[in-house]
Order: sequence, then C-alpha cells, then structure tokens
Amino acid sequence: MTQNNRLSGGQIDRNTTVNFRFDNRSYTAHPGDTLASALLANDVRLIGRSFKYHRPRGLLTAGSEEPNGIVELRAGNRQEPNTRATTIEMFDGLEAQSQNCWPSLKFDALGVNDLFSNFLSAGFYYKTFMWPAAFWEKVYEPIIRRAAGLGSLSMEADPDEYDKGFRHCDLLIIGAGPSGLMAALTAGRAGADVILADEDFRFGGRLNSESFSVDDQSASDWAAQAVAELSSMPNVRLMTRTTVIGAFDHGIYGAVERTGDHVATLPAGKPRQILWRIYTKKALLCAGATERPIAFENNDRPGIMMASALRTYANRFAVTASQRVAIFTNNDDGHRTAADLHAKGVHICAVVDVREDAPVNYDYEVLRGAQVVNTKGRLGLTFVEVALPDGSTRTLECGALGVSGGWNPNVHLTCHQRGRPVWNDDLAAFVPGSNLPVGLTVAGAANGVMSTQGALQSGMDGAVEAMELSGKLPDLPEAEDAAVSQKPFWYVEGCKRAWLDQQNDVTVKDVKLSYQEGFRSVEHLKRYTTLGMATDQGKTSNISALAIMAEVAGKSIPETGTTIFRPPYTPVPISTFAGRMKGQEFHPTRLTPSHYWAKERGAVFVEVGNWLRAQWFPLPSETHWRESVDREVRQTRASVGVCDCTTLGKIDVQGTDAAAFLNRVYANGFAKLAVGKTRYGLMLREDGMAMDDGTAARLAEDHFVVTTTTANAVSVYRHMEFVRQCLFPDMDVQLISTTESWAQYAVAGPNSRKLLQKIVDPEFDISNEAFPFMGCGNITVCGGLRARLFRISFSGELAFEIAVPSRYGDALMRRLMTEGEEFGVVPYGTEALGVMRIEKGHAAGNELNGTTTALNLGMGKMVSKKKDSIGSILSEREALVEPDVLRMVGIKPVSSEEKITAGGHLMNSTGPVDAAHDQGYVTSAAYSPILNSSIGLGFLKDGANRMGEKMRLVSPLTDLTVEVEIVSAHFVDPEGDRLRA
Amino acid sequence: MIINHPLLGPRDASEFTYLGDASLINRPDWQADNAAEAFYEYGYVRDNPAGKHQELWFHEAGDRSWLVVTRDTTTHEISKVELARDVARARGRSK
Amino acid sequence: MHDLVAITALGGVEPRVDTIGGVTCTEVPGVALASVAARIGQETKATKALAKLIGVPAPGIGQHAGDPVTAFWAGPDQWMIEAPFDTHEDLADQVKPALGDAASVTEQTDGWTRFDLSGDQIPAVLELLCTLDLRKIETGSVGRCSIHHIGCFVLCRSPDEYSIYGPRSSAGSLHHAIISALRSAL
Repeated sequence: MTQNNRLSGGQIDRNTTVNFRFDNRSYTAHPGDTLASALLANDVRLIGRSFKYHRPRGLLTAGSEEPNGIVELRAGNRQEPNTRATTIEMFDGLEAQSQNCWPSLKFDALGVNDLFSNFLSAGFYYKTFMWPAAFWEKVYEPIIRRAAGLGSLSMEADPDEYDKGFRHCDLLIIGAGPSGLMAALTAGRAGADVILADEDFRFGGRLNSESFSVDDQSASDWAAQAVAELSSMPNVRLMTRTTVIGAFDHGIYGAVERTGDHVATLPAGKPRQILWRIYTKKALLCAGATERPIAFENNDRPGIMMASALRTYANRFAVTASQRVAIFTNNDDGHRTAADLHAKGVHICAVVDVREDAPVNYDYEVLRGAQVVNTKGRLGLTFVEVALPDGSTRTLECGALGVSGGWNPNVHLTCHQRGRPVWNDDLAAFVPGSNLPVGLTVAGAANGVMSTQGALQSGMDGAVEAMELSGKLPDLPEAEDAAVSQKPFWYVEGCKRAWLDQQNDVTVKDVKLSYQEGFRSVEHLKRYTTLGMATDQGKTSNISALAIMAEVAGKSIPETGTTIFRPPYTPVPISTFAGRMKGQEFHPTRLTPSHYWAKERGAVFVEVGNWLRAQWFPLPSETHWRESVDREVRQTRASVGVCDCTTLGKIDVQGTDAAAFLNRVYANGFAKLAVGKTRYGLMLREDGMAMDDGTAARLAEDHFVVTTTTANAVSVYRHMEFVRQCLFPDMDVQLISTTESWAQYAVAGPNSRKLLQKIVDPEFDISNEAFPFMGCGNITVCGGLRARLFRISFSGELAFEIAVPSRYGDALMRRLMTEGEEFGVVPYGTEALGVMRIEKGHAAGNELNGTTTALNLGMGKMVSKKKDSIGSILSEREALVEPDVLRMVGIKPVSSEEKITAGGHLMNSTGPVDAAHDQGYVTSAAYSPILNSSIGLGFLKDGANRMGEKMRLVSPLTDLTVEVEIVSAHFVDPEGDRLRA
Repeated sequence: MIINHPLLGPRDASEFTYLGDASLINRPDWQADNAAEAFYEYGYVRDNPAGKHQELWFHEAGDRSWLVVTRDTTTHEISKVELARDVARARGRSK
Repeated sequence: MHDLVAITALGGVEPRVDTIGGVTCTEVPGVALASVAARIGQETKATKALAKLIGVPAPGIGQHAGDPVTAFWAGPDQWMIEAPFDTHEDLADQVKPALGDAASVTEQTDGWTRFDLSGDQIPAVLELLCTLDLRKIETGSVGRCSIHHIGCFVLCRSPDEYSIYGPRSSAGSLHHAIISALRSAL
C-alpha cells in the first residue's frame, strides 16, 4: 500500500523509506514518523478494540496522552503491550499488533459486549458478580480474567538490558517546547548547569506542530536552531526521548530515557531504557498543555481525533487522517487546524463551532452555534450529524473529525507531592497551585500561558527566577500572541453513549449514574467508574468527568474538587525499574576466598545473606545429601575436618576504652579478659532480648577482634557504632570491619592440633599447655605468612580457627587438605556444622530469634548485674523472669525411628492439643550420625526442671504427633572434655 | 530524599539506614532508683509528632556517621542535620 | 618466605584486564591497605603523624593525598592508607609505629578489591554506577558510594584515571557491574 494520505512539507526524511508491519501487513513510512503517523499515512484508522465494549478504536491524539491507539510493539520475547502508537518512533523493521481483539481486529467476537452495554455500566463488577457466592471461583472469575486487560504478555523473560543512572544539575527543564527551549537558552547562555529533557525524539514541542513563524523563521526551524545552539554549550545536557516521570522529595526527579526503543536491533550490552535519578537544585516545568475533547454521541469512532492532533499530523508528519475533514470546536484553536489543513489541500467539510459568534472563514464553511450530535461508520468515521441552531440537522460526509474543547495545562508533576491545582475561570481549566514541590516552578502553557509569545517570555522569566540571573538577557523572538479565553463546553446535551475515558470505556452516562448511586466524592467516582484509572491516567478525560459531576451536583468545579496525579507521568516497564538488578544480579554475591576451591571439589552451595557457602561436599559415590553430611560429621568427630567460616562478621575494636566498650555491648564481662584469650559474648538488645552472639579475642590491652554471626554482621556493626557515637561519645574506641580481610577456617576434631602443627611455624607452640582452650594469638604459617589462631570450638571438638590474609585463603585450604591426608581430613559444610552444633547444644540463629532472652537460652547467669550493659535492665522485666519461662532443652524421639521436626510444638503427654496447652516449640532439628537418632533443640516452659519427661511433639498442620523425651541440650560431650583436650 | 550531611554535603537518603527517634540518645542511668521505669519509657514510649521530628540516621553506605536529622514528618522538609556524637555530647553524654 | 600462592579477588592468578570503548578496567591486587583512626583527643597528633608518613598534609574530607604511600579520607578522623603490596605487604605493622598511641591501625589489605579505570570517558560510566555528583569529582577526590548495593570508594587520580575499591568478597558482582556499565555507556 502506498502512503495515500501524505501531504507536503513536514519534518520527515522523504529520501529514506522504511518498512514496517502492523497486524502482519507491510507498509512503508519515513524516518521522523511515529507508528501513528505512518498508519494514518497509509490510511489505517482502525488500531484496536476498546477495553470493555470492544468498540473499534483509532487514534485520538498525537502524543503521550493517547488513550486509544495502543498496540503490542515488537514480537516474541520483546513484545511490549499497551504501547502508544503516537509515541513509537518509526524504524525499519518495526512490528506491531493490534490488541484486545479476537479473532481479528475487524471482526471481534467480544464486540457483542457493546450490545449489552446496559449491563456493563458503572460499577458493573460490583453489581453483576454478586451472587451466588459459589459462582465466583468457577464462573465469574474465569470470565473476568479472560475479558480483562488490554494487551497480552509474551510470558517470556525480556532479553534486553535496562540501566539505572544518576545525574546532577542546577536546573532541570522539563519539556522542550517554546518555554523550555527559551528557558534553556536563557540559563545556558548565562553559564548555568542545565539538563533539558523531553519525551519526544525531536525537541520543539508544539513549535514542530504549528505553521506560524517565530521571528522570521518557521517555528520548527527556530526550534532546530535553538537546539543546535544548546548542543554546542558544554554546560547544557540535552536528553531527548526522556520522560520525566516523577517529582520526588528534595529536588529529585525520575526520568526514563528510551535509548533503544527506536532501533530494530540493540547493539550488545546497550540498554533499551535508562531510569535516571536526576538531582536538581531547581526545576522548571515546561510540560505544555493537552487539548481536551468534547463528549457527544458515538464520539469514539476511528477518525474522530483531537483537532490539535490533526494539525500535528499535517504540519509535522505531513499526514492527514482523511482527505475530508470536519472540525468540532468551542474555541479559536479549532479554526487554526481547519486553516492549516485547508492550506495543505485537505478538504474541510465544515467547522462546527458551538459559539454563535464564531469567526467566519471564506475558504470553507463555518457552522456557528452548531453541535455534533451523532456519528456513523462501523469501523471508521463516515458521517457526522450536526444540529444547527435553527433546529435542523445536517449530515457531513467525512473521514476525520477534529475536536477541540480547549486546552488543559499539564500540571501532573506539580501534584506529585500532593500539591493541588487551582481552577482558573478565564481558561476554564486547572492551573498549578501554590503548593508546588520545593524548587519547582512552572512556565508556559503548563502554567496557563497559552500564546507562543507568552510561553517564550514565561520560559525566560522562569529561568531568570530559578537561577537568580541578572545582567543581559537574550532578546525574545517574536511569535503569535493571540489572547486565549476558553468558555467551558464539556458535552453535547442529551448524549448518553458519549465517551470520556476511552481507554477504560467510561461514558457521560456512567458518570451521571455513579452520582445517582451515591458516589459523590471525586475519588469515589474514579474508583466506581474506573475513569482515569487506565494507563493514560485520564489525561484527556479527568477534567470533563469532573465538570459533568459538578453539573449534576449543581456545584462549581472547584467546589467539586479534583483528583491529583501520581508518578509515573506515563507508564514505565517493570524492567526499567529493575534495571540491572535481576536474575543472578538481583543482589551482589559474596564469595569466600576458598570458593573456587570448593567449586572444584563439587561443593553444593547455599545462599546465606549474600554469601554463597558450601553446604556439603559430596563424594562421587554418594547419592543422598545425608550420606555426605553424616560422613563429614563422623570424620570430623573421629579425626579432623575443616570448615570455611570466613563469613562470620569480624569487627576490629581498638582504643584505650575498648574493654570498657565491650562491657557495655555484651551482657557478660570483658574487662578482665587476659591478653591472648578469647571469650564467648552474648549481646542483648536494649529490650533484653538476645541480639547476637560471638567471641571477642583480646590481641592486646587495647585491641580486640569481635566475631558476629554471618547473618547479623551488618546490624551488629551498626549497633556498635550507635553505642559508640550516640551513647558513649567520649569513649576512646575505634571500630572497623575486617570480615573481608581474613580467610578464616575452623579446623576441628581430635587430630586438629596435629594437622595445624604441620603448617604453623615451629616457633609457635600450640600444645594444650602453651595454647589452651580459648587461647588466641598472632602466629605465622607455612614459612612466615602472618596469621591469627583462635582456640575456639563450635563443634564441641578440640578445635581451632585459623585466619590468613584473604588472598592466601585458597592456598591455605589446599595446604590443609594435602597435609591432612594422613589423618583423612574432610572439608565440611554448613549442614555438618549445623548438625555438630545441635549435638553440642550451641544456640544459633534459630534460637537467637529475636524473642528469646539470655535466661531462655540457659545463659541467664551470664548477664552481669555489676556493670552497665545494653539490655541488662529490661531483661529483668517480670514476665521475662517468671519461674516457668521457656528454657532451652534437647529433644529426642522415644523411638529412634521417629523424626524431630523444627517448628513443631511440645504438648504434655496427655491432655488437649491446642494453643492454650502449648508447652514450647522446637527450633532446630537434625539427624545425629553420632547418636544414630534424630535430635532437636527447642524451648520448653520450665524446661530446666523437666529433664526426662515424655511429651508429644505435634504439628497439627501436617498431622504430626511424635512421642519425645526432654533431655539436656548437650547431646555430645556434656562435660566439655574434648574441647579442652 | 536528600540528607545534607554535615561533613559530606547533600547525599541521597538511600545511603542511610533509619533507626528512629533521637530520644534514643537519652539512655537512662542504669543505677537510678527508677531505672526499670526509666528504661521502659526509653525503650517503648515515643512521641509521634506531625511536624518537626528529630531522628537518627546512619550513613551506612558512607562514612559511618550517625546523624541527628530534624525532619518535618508532614512535608519531609529537613531543617537541620547534626553529627549524633555532637548532639550526644551536648546532651551531657560522655563515657 | 612462605610458599602459599595468592589468588586475586576475582579468583585468578593474574589480574583481570578488560578494555571496552577506550576505557580499560584493571584488577589491581598489588596494593596493601591499612586503616588509621585517631584516638579520642589525639586527632591533631594523628593528623601530623599521618602527614609525616605520607609526606604531604593529611587529606581532608573527600580527599586523597601522597605517593607512593597514599592516604584517603574514610570517615571523621579516619583514613585508609594504601601502598604498593610488594614493598608494603605488612603495611599495618609499618604504619602503627608511625602513629604510635595517636591512632588505632588495622590491616585492611585483603578486605578490598581494587579496579582501576583508565580512559577519557569515565564519568559517563560512573553515572550509571553511583550517585556521586561527578561535577564535583576532580583529581584528588574520594567518594564513598554504593555501586549496585556494594559499598565502594571511588578515587579520582586524574581526569582519565579512577580507582574503585569494593569489598573483596563482592569482587565478581562489582566487576560485572563495571563491565556492564562500560558496555552500556561506551
């Protein structure tokens, strides 16, 4: 098909022809077109079907406010639903599909909804699908789900990249129409640091759509010249294809730059879109205005468009929607469209003006005091029915009707921090109110200044005021300066099926009905009718609906109120908000120094926070994880095992008050800990609950190394800084994390000392006498590498933790494995670690779960009463120290065949099983290959006095009941002989 | 939001972690006769003003300073930012 | 001399080098680090001792100074010292005597991984990574920031040379972020 509807002129590249497909038919277009202009050029008016009634729909506008002309862009996994044809920049190979139609756009089965429109009126969900309740799941919901929504998703992952970025500027100018360009020239020439952003791919705004001149140039040439000058300024950054989507606190603006939506294939690594966060000192909103429609019967047929859009298509894109056009207007701007189209050779059937005193024109007919009362044409406009003031009607044969009801300033961003626009009687429109986001001012049509000359002046003034400029200002160019007054005319009397919100299919009748049914607040109206709640946020419909509501209520519009707009200004794909943070990169991954070694060994990894930790190390012969874990536990307890414990938080605590500081943050005392010794420490929250536990090793009088659990490393450090800076600001103590600096390995088991003696340099004596349980010190290994050795044990065995600089961690692990061959050394993972600590009765994260006190954990006596420490006072609250409070106990099944399940609750051996009779719960469970039984740790009321008691472990959810015995939590080596060996 | 760090200048709020009311600096004397009552008040009883609120923010992705930020809870306007350590000292805290 | 072989933060024996769009990103394992935090009441003394150590006045807020031993500001009365690894592997032990009782010194060498960027369009890359106001970054600046949720230091050594320090364990994620930004921006 050739481009039959092309006109002369326009800002398109006629020397290049590109091909595109819409609904699997091929068409041609030119660079500079949008999909919308290209479709019109090819005489395609029908674009899609409407949401509720599946009415045939075409384009309404030429911009981002478009409610109707929405398509599925691209194909396969790049398909994007609900994309506005009016903003899709043309490129060779573009592919788009109409949406919300089946089996085809021209014949749509659900078009039958249109015949039942009486049943689908405002609030129809609430009214129709009420009864019987049983119908909901089986009947109503599937029906609604099939019918709901517009475009469809590909159900495949988006293969493209999206970025986030951050920019700073002194002045952000939002919109590059006459006021935005003039503001940028003014601020730019004065040397200010400016970002000028516009959603369009061509700067100029309405200047590109008009036929008048600015100075002695065409408006679009003046815009191009201004852009050229701005491009040459190093202090001005121009961001085309960039929509400022939101105004956030303290001068932060969100902006989406479509860097790759206008090319067929993205180069590798290039993003499709970038979500910018722009930090500004000042911002100037030059967002222009949006033309508003007039509602009349059957005003939604393809070909019925905004008059200004017809003008844009003609002047900028050299396209007309039809060779025969009529205009329906209540203001002078509609006449401008007629004049421009006429000048381009389009036949103007008539200008229908509701005003008795409308201006006349000798080139075409003007019907004064007339109104459009109905239209015809099944898949596109064919006839317009006009009521004349004398009561007669006249039928105009035309393929397009341009409608102009006046202009609404684009106040959206002024509302993003709850600013309310105010009613302006002269314009019969809302203009920005006084409660603007801090640092934001508004210029041009967005501020109600409707003439071009006024916009230029207003843009310059805005820049001067925002940047506090003085001195010589640019000469203002001369442009049209027509006085603009708008008399409201919202809808044609007597119309019913006259569309306001075309995307959500809301009519004048729906708004009136909603009022009759009692939804009288604007917010209720919105939700009941869904008006303004589609992807276009009602840019072309909200004000008209409000006006109708006001009329029905017999109030003024300002009395009726207004809804305000929320970010984003236009829809943003979820992928853009995600940016690079998706899949594997959703959060950073932390690897331990021996990660690559563990991977070579075939370790199975588990995510702990951001860390990847080896969970177990399967042998080729092992088919079940329990085999690996049981072996690791047995071999460690029988000989020696090595576990990577680098992930434990390590905090270096130094200063003359270091010991006093630790006395405050730990419940137990540290002041008397000798140099060269390590001590277990329990940290409480101020409310008396256990926060974290670990060890503190005293390397010098004024130097400790504190360990935290892996999970709490960040929060414990933050807490310690709080105590240091906010509670005891004069304590001489300095904190720094050293978690990452040291690769640390637990070497555990009866042969651990023998293994370490093979790598620790001979001048360091690590015998039991020289280096007893809880000893620590700086040593060297493997011929002089500095290292730290701690004799601490989580497994209950004779054990050490050895730390070397991280870069040598991999090599040390390999060395331990080769040197340990003679002992049958095994690496063990977090599962075996967990089994052994449960066997030993050591509390961990499951027990320190934020609801347990030191007393619950069996460490009540550790809370020193002789010193001030965080949490000690509130840990003595009555309810926390009652005689029968929960105590940590061991739990094992009476029959060794049975299993202990973490999360299960403990009930007395007889009696009811319910919450009122709950005795406690199980926090940790494991299979002990040493005891050949499932074992658990948990909390039991008065548990310390119930050793040997038989109870029931229940899980009503899974129908579980197991007979268990309450035992000491220390299943293995309760006397602690092994770790002191 | 932007927090104007007294040392580093304006920084994005995403770099900070929020704790709560800056009254948390006023930790009671553990040896006072009414210590239990005072710690209860300290730990659990807060004002909830619609308006100016002094609160603690930690510059976690920055210089690790605790700050006292005076923020209007109805507008997010930040009228004052101080190093918490200075505030603590001014409130008589020491060791 | 010990016989353990070091690996880089990215897990290689040799440092990783990538060149994309005229900017080269180099993994730099050859650096030793130590933190210095002045003791309470010893701030002036510590600042003077630090100046003596690096041969120039101690850097102020958001600054770095000194060569080949460099100090950069890390927090109130707190600095990071960097020096060549080959000559300063035991940097903390070298720094401690210089500061004496005026400051706490902690070894930080392997706590961090460093990537150096060289080329002429580095700000275009950095603006995709962090919120730093790059207009204010010049030779001698140091900014602490978050890159893809990873806490980092960004040092500007000249308009064409930047260093990024990030926690060693996240080297892979940080490297991925930098390389993605290079491909995206250049």
